[in-house]
Amino acid sequence: MGVNRRKFLKIAGISTLAVAAKPATDALAFNPKEWLDEKLGGFTPSEMMLHFGHKPEGSVAGEALTATRWAMVVNVRSLDEEIAEACMEACHKIHNVPHIKNPKHEIKWLWREGYEHALPGQQHEHIDEEIKKLPFLVMCNHCYNPPCVRVCPTKATFKRKSDGIVMMDMHRCIGCRFCMAACPFGSRSFNWKDPRPHIKEEEQNPEYPTRTKGVVEKCQFCAERLAKGQIPACVEVAQKLCAEKGREPALVFGDLDDPDSEVREALRSHYSVRRKPELGTHPNVYYIV
Amino acid sequence: MYDGGKIIAGIIIGLVLLTFPIWYTHGMAPKRPEVKLPEKEKKCVKDGPYMKTKHMQLLDLWRDSTVRTAKRIYVSEDGRKFNMSLQNTCMSADCHAKKSEFCDRCHNYTGVVPYCWDCHIAPKEEPKEKSEEMH
Repeated sequence: MGVNRRKFLKIAGISTLAVAAKPATDALAFNPKEWLDEKLGGFTPSEMMLHFGHKPEGSVAGEALTATRWAMVVNVRSLDEEIAEACMEACHKIHNVPHIKNPKHEIKWLWREGYEHALPGQQHEHIDEEIKKLPFLVMCNHCYNPPCVRVCPTKATFKRKSDGIVMMDMHRCIGCRFCMAACPFGSRSFNWKDPRPHIKEEEQNPEYPTRTKGVVEKCQFCAERLAKGQIPACVEVAQKLCAEKGREPALVFGDLDDPDSEVREALRSHYSVRRKPELGTHPNVYYIV
Repeated sequence: MYDGGKIIAGIIIGLVLLTFPIWYTHGMAPKRPEVKLPEKEKKCVKDGPYMKTKHMQLLDLWRDSTVRTAKRIYVSEDGRKFNMSLQNTCMSADCHAKKSEFCDRCHNYTGVVPYCWDCHIAPKEEPKEKSEEMH
C-alpha cells in the first residue's frame, strides 16, 4: 500500500521532532548512550531482557589487571623448543585442555607452527635455515576486527567491550562452528567428543571448568588470571625461562593503547609483523622475527 | 442411551485406572529432601528463602556478569565480598563441599538435571558417596 498524504505528514512530523530533540538533549548534558550504558550495567539490551531487567546487583571488577586493548608480542628469536613446550603445557594444564592425539579431534589453545604456516606469504626459498627451525608460538590473535564474532549467531563469542579480548561464553555456544570457518588462523577447536576422559584426573585444575561435547574453545588471553591481577600463564612461564637463560623475554603482554607499556616498548625497539595482515582482521598478537 | 450400563461401567473402570497412581501411593509420599548445610560458613550470599527459590537466577546473573562484563566480585547486602564462581566459591571446601549432600538431594527429588557439571568440576568426594550421585 502506498503512503497517503495523512501518513506522510505523520511521519514527517515525528522525524522533525526526533531531529529537534538532539540539541535539546545536548543542552541538558544528557547523553542517551551513556544513560543506557549505565542502566544496562555492562549488559547488552538483549542480555538485559534475558534477565527480565535484573542486572548483577553489587558486582564490581575487583583487583584485576585492566587495559583498553590487550596485546601480546612474541619474540620468536628468544624461543626454543623447551620454552615453547613449557608455555604450551602451562596453558593447557591450567585450562583443562584435553590431550587428544587424533589431529581431527585435537584441542589446542597455544601451539607451535613452522615459519611457512605462521607467516604464510612471507616465505621464499632462500630464507635462513635457522628461522625455518624456530618454533612460532601461535594462538588466538584476539583480532581488533574479529571475523568469528561477526558470524556467531548466538553472540557466544564476543569482543569484550572493556579490553578487546575475544571471549567465549561456553554457556551460549551451540556448536555451529561458523566461527571456526571464519577464523583465518585456525585458532579454534571443536569438541567432537566429551573432553573429560582425556584429561587425567590428577592433572585437572579444579579451579577452572572443562568444556563439554559440542562447544568451540580457544585461548582467552587468560581472562580469569587477569581478573586476579596475574599475567597470562604462557607469558609468565616464558619470561621466567628466558630470564634463566639470559635472553630477551620471548613473550610480552600489555596494553597496546598505553604508550609506556611493555608491548609498545617491544614494538618500538624491534621490527614486527602480524599474521595475515592482508585480511584486515588487525591481530593483537605481534611477531618479532 | 444404548448400552448405558456398559458405558458407565467403562467410565468408572477408566477413572479408577487413571487415578490409580494417586490413591495407590496415598500417604506414601517420599520424605522431603534434607540438604546438609555447610558446617563452617553459616551465612550464604543471600538469605535462605531467596536462595531456595532463586539460586538459579542468581547463578545466571553471576555467570553473565563474570563472562560478559568482566565484573567478578559480588558485594552482598551486608557488604561481604565474594568471587562470583560456582566452582570456587559456592562449592568451596568451607561451603557446599559435597555436591551429593547439597545440590543432588533436591535436584534428584524434583527430577531436575542441570548441566552445570558437564563443564564445571564438582568437588572431589569419597568414593562411597559416588553411588548417591548416580540417578
